[in-house]
Amino acid sequence: MSLLRVEGLGKKFGGVNAVEDLSFEIPPGEVYSIIGPNGAGKTSLLNLLTGVYKPSSGRIMLQEHDLTGHPPYAYARQGIARTFQNLQVFFNMSALENVMVGRYMHERCGLMSALLRLPRQARADRACREEAAELMRYVGLQAYLSSAADAMPYGALKRLEIARALATRPKLMLLDEPAAGLNPTEALELDDLIGRLTERGVTVVLVEHNMRLVMGVSDHILVLDYGRKLAEGPAQEVRNNPKVIEAYLGSAVSSETSYREEIAQVVAVAVEMHR
Amino acid sequence: MLAHLASPRTGGLLALAAVIALLPLVLRNSYFYDVAVLVGLNAIVCIGLNLLIGYAGQISLGHAGFFGLGAYGSAILASRYGWPPLAALLATTFAVALLAFIVGRPILRLRGHYLAMATLGLGVIIFMVISTEDKFTGGPDGISVVPFRIGGFVLQGERIWYWVVGALLLVAVWLALNLIESPTGRALRALHSSEVGAEVVGINAAEHKLMVFVISAVFASVAGSLGAHYSGFVTPAKVAFLHSIELVTMVVFGGLASTFGAVVGAAVLTTLPQLLATFEDYEMMVFGAVMIGTMIFLPRGVVPSLARLFRSHRSADADNKANKA
Ligand SMILES: Nc1ncnc2c1ncn2[C@@H]1O[C@H](COP(=O)(O)OP(=O)(O)O)[C@@H](O)[C@H]1O
Ligand SMILES: [Mg+2]
Repeated sequence: MSLLRVEGLGKKFGGVNAVEDLSFEIPPGEVYSIIGPNGAGKTSLLNLLTGVYKPSSGRIMLQEHDLTGHPPYAYARQGIARTFQNLQVFFNMSALENVMVGRYMHERCGLMSALLRLPRQARADRACREEAAELMRYVGLQAYLSSAADAMPYGALKRLEIARALATRPKLMLLDEPAAGLNPTEALELDDLIGRLTERGVTVVLVEHNMRLVMGVSDHILVLDYGRKLAEGPAQEVRNNPKVIEAYLGSAVSSETSYREEIAQVVAVAVEMHR
Repeated sequence: MLAHLASPRTGGLLALAAVIALLPLVLRNSYFYDVAVLVGLNAIVCIGLNLLIGYAGQISLGHAGFFGLGAYGSAILASRYGWPPLAALLATTFAVALLAFIVGRPILRLRGHYLAMATLGLGVIIFMVISTEDKFTGGPDGISVVPFRIGGFVLQGERIWYWVVGALLLVAVWLALNLIESPTGRALRALHSSEVGAEVVGINAAEHKLMVFVISAVFASVAGSLGAHYSGFVTPAKVAFLHSIELVTMVVFGGLASTFGAVVGAAVLTTLPQLLATFEDYEMMVFGAVMIGTMIFLPRGVVPSLARLFRSHRSADADNKANKA
């Protein structure tokens, strides 16, 4: 039984088919990666899967719920969380408050309770604060527990979005290029973080260009090209699919080299820290 | 415990209470009390308006309309129909909330300039209705209002009103601070920064915008009702576009997303025109200049700028101490 099922999904912008006649299923508990060149429609697909875009055609089912056409908050309430390629951090708040906002669905209270700050409300707020702090430590942001969001470096903000998404207690988490803009050490730490997400029981959809990361953590891979499915299957199969190699992984060699460079850098950093 | 008292929330409330309690020491005559009451009433409107503009990031250029509806609703029900003032106030507040709820739904779908124009239009319509329906409202001449009374107790005179409005101002600040610190308040601040970011964690942005719009309308309406009973007279001037602009200027000057800023903004910009009474004709110019000056020199507004300055001094002090140690 799949967690998410997509049938004949399409999204048109004027004459452009950002996503076209796409069908696939995501089994629970997996890391399901979506790869493809820039403009392939990966971000548009995540926008469709979170209700940010309304599909022009097709259906989106989470378990038995048909979510097609519902607003984004309905997707969130059914257990789909995400991060953004272009950050959508709440820069007017502290880092901790950003994560607390992620707890909204589980904290939400009546207007009267909020206005009068009943003792129950004050207690719930303290608990919320502690859980948010716990999640920040979980993603490795313990250094930023009292930071303002607008004072944090890029790499930390990407983790902050992961912590905020985790705070919703999702079944399915969509990560849009989490490694983009990270240095090699930070990118390596992401493997570990994604591994821990699945241990937590969260199914992960990973959109990513970093092939080392994708090949290291994925169970299934979907390859998109011009909004259409180019290939799909278990990671090993897709990696050896000639169509994929031709269309997209042509740069596999160079990604191998950059992997070696990354390892060299990471080793250098580790040696430095060990001293 | 001490840390708790020094928190911006509790500390700020205590400081405001102290100011309200001690201010009469320097209020020499009833004219001063009168200005203080006007400050308090404007501050209540601004606290609500700041929830909408400062925290949720939704502009309104029509809030004098809600203030005016509160004033005229109370005036008409209490003076023309002889309702007990408290009942008139409650019924008016409820009606204004309902109106804000109904018109807010379509209006708040708009953003930025479009939202500004739509709320401006709403304010203008309310103004037109009030100034033309002279059978009920007295038209441009205005309408006189009976004093506020609860049972046998009549609220009359600047001094009594000072304490009543002072107490209500504290309540308004307390409610606003509570709301901002709640999950609802965090949702409002979140959607201000990124609506899509808020929606994907389960926040219904439209519902929250509507809620805060209604709350801000209620704050304005209650202040309007009380103001009508206090001054014993209402004219359409209080409903006019100019008054909406004054209110927004107070909020921006005091500091967006700062509840105490809204109070300071109301205090300074209510008092200033009184000091410059001789320049009455230039009042609007003064407000315009304040708006431009604030935007250029204090884009965060007075209170957040001061708070930032204070914090950086403190952390500089801490650094100095750390360096010496
Ligand atoms: N909101 C939008 N309006 C118009 N065109 C869009 C919009 N979003 C995406 N597109 C188009 O859809 C195509 C896929 O873009 P995108 O989903 O961002 O690709 P990817 O994330 O794979 O790089 C592009 O041609 C892009 O220009
Ligand atoms: Mg993209």
